[in-house]
Amino acid sequence: MGTGEMFEAMTKSIIDGEAEDAERLAREALARGVDPLHAINLGFVPGINEVGRAFGCNELYLPDLVRAGMAMKTAIRALEPELARRGATRQSAGTVVLATVKGDIHEIGKNLVATMLSANGFQVHDLGVDVSAEAIVAKAREVKTDLVGLSALLTTTMPAQRAVIESLDAAGLRPHVKVLIGGAPVTQGWAREIGADGFSEDALGAVNVASGLLSVHR
Amino acid sequence: MSVEAIETADPPRLSLNILGRDDIRRLHTATLDVIESVGVRFPSGRALEILEAHGASIDQKTAVAKIPGAVVEAALAKAPPTYTLAGRDPALDLPLDGRHSYLGTDGCGVEVIDPLTGERHRSTLQDVSDAAHLADRLDAIAFHWTPVSAQDRPPQSRSLHELLAIWSASRKHVQTETIVSAREARAAVEMAALLAGGREALRRRPILSIMQCTFGPLAQDKGSLEAALVAAEAGLPVGFMTMASCASTGPATPAGTLVVGNAEVLSALALMQMAHPGCPVYYAAAQTAIDLKTGAYTGGGPEDFLFGAASNALADFYRVPLSMGAYATGAKEPDWQAGVENSFSSFMAVVTGADMLLGAGLLHGSRILSYAQMVLDAEIWSILRAMSRGIVVNDETLALEAIRDVGPGGTFLTHRHTKKHMRELWQPTVFDRRPYGAWEAAHDGAHHWARVRARAILSEPRPAAIEATQDSELRRLIALVEQET
Repeated sequence: MGTGEMFEAMTKSIIDGEAEDAERLAREALARGVDPLHAINLGFVPGINEVGRAFGCNELYLPDLVRAGMAMKTAIRALEPELARRGATRQSAGTVVLATVKGDIHEIGKNLVATMLSANGFQVHDLGVDVSAEAIVAKAREVKTDLVGLSALLTTTMPAQRAVIESLDAAGLRPHVKVLIGGAPVTQGWAREIGADGFSEDALGAVNVASGLLSVHR
Repeated sequence: MSVEAIETADPPRLSLNILGRDDIRRLHTATLDVIESVGVRFPSGRALEILEAHGASIDQKTAVAKIPGAVVEAALAKAPPTYTLAGRDPALDLPLDGRHSYLGTDGCGVEVIDPLTGERHRSTLQDVSDAAHLADRLDAIAFHWTPVSAQDRPPQSRSLHELLAIWSASRKHVQTETIVSAREARAAVEMAALLAGGREALRRRPILSIMQCTFGPLAQDKGSLEAALVAAEAGLPVGFMTMASCASTGPATPAGTLVVGNAEVLSALALMQMAHPGCPVYYAAAQTAIDLKTGAYTGGGPEDFLFGAASNALADFYRVPLSMGAYATGAKEPDWQAGVENSFSSFMAVVTGADMLLGAGLLHGSRILSYAQMVLDAEIWSILRAMSRGIVVNDETLALEAIRDVGPGGTFLTHRHTKKHMRELWQPTVFDRRPYGAWEAAHDGAHHWARVRARAILSEPRPAAIEATQDSELRRLIALVEQET
């Protein structure tokens, strides 16, 4: 397999959402001394672009999209040590701290958002579920995040989203740090009421809103 | 107020063979295999203790319990096949006897469409009260769910404020889906006992039943488990609802999603029977398929409708009542989609004999309360009720005498047989059967009339359904919970 063929196979592994193939190809590229940035930009990224196009015209669905995102993440993880050794960095779309708020253990939606943001070039720090406002503020400060994403599935845990925003305010991190909220009971009205910067009803929307928020404040 | 149940004839006039005996057997075997070899997570020390004492193997680190199939079957066999959900007036009792279907409201929404302005607002305690009042006056609605969240009340006692608001508006049975901690459950039991006339009276006539959601896939929620154990101990009927969704919290195949949801429900009901043998429990389900573009819970579509019938086949197999998520359209307003989804989903549940149907009045996948939709859902119920009576064939209904009288070319319009039987024909309250010209002149219709009817009911005087002394006692119990936290 020539390098061109290898890049094509990488692209296909992302479109097919085959994480194992993507990882194997990434390691093969490293073994052959291929520049990891080339592997990403010429091999894997065209796959993500194609998946985005196909999704847009209903040829692919959300499970395809998320599988592609996971394959992308696996490939990049395999390439990262070599990237670091060469002192190269992948251009980041922004840094995001994600969490499901205190008292809430629902994570499916939040994990989808994490995968889609990673696949679109964001640096994601996922703090998991049932996360306190203090822990979110501490992480936001530590990684100098651009954005905090807060998920809540219960009407009784929605107020915790407000508490996090208040804590971020009190810590003096806003308005520099933007806040994006989501979850089944969360509405645009709630976002406005608690002073969130953005709101999305689904994972893809979250990527668009995140991109919009970060391009505005830069 | 009264209750219009749908009574199933024996044998049923309408029937649907959704799953064959062999299909049910395979679903059952697969479910027991999952519970025994994959296990279900029970993140509650108390629940794990009970399961372990009954022979489950427990992984303390993950809180996953693997329960032998025979243990699950033995526990489920202790569940009573029939019992009665009590109203606070015996005329409003709902016998779950396998021969009746009852309609309840939906829950738990977060927004309300104002019946006057048509504007949306975040739900409050007043909305809970309004919705309960409307549901009380609609005969189609037999029992209440907490329709929307009282977001102007503190989260730790909100479910109790909601419960009191419903009791203040109506004597119909209440089934809550929002009591999700042991503390709230203990307070709710005390409150219900106060209204029922003591703990023993409550056990004999449970005016309150409790519904908990499972935590798909294959897990339970700690607070829900502990609240359910408190309720089961008091003799309140307890149900566990799976909302397993094809391609997300369940496999993409409906059969696989049935297995996952069945494992969640059965393992929880078995736990209740281990803890309190013979306590009344019910199967609850609202499975769906995700929207493949967004991953969202859809609240409609052919898979939903099939699940409505299939869940009933499973609940029958386990000889426990079923509370089935029907109605609950994904539509954004009371429109064509709402009509299609709510008709199919309720039909499939009723035709298979579901004991309780949930879902009247909410839009956008159980998020937005619409009073007009509640009235329209009641109309769908009245159609189902008429259909369930089927076509009765006997000498009187064959009407041979009348046919002989009228003969070729006559009319039955004025025949005495017509006068005698015409009121058995279904009559609409919001269907548009006017002449075209009348419609053209007014340009209104079902949605408009439903809103007008809802407004009229909401503006009626509302005599309190509980006495002032009881009210202050109940408020004191809620205040205690607020002080504790």
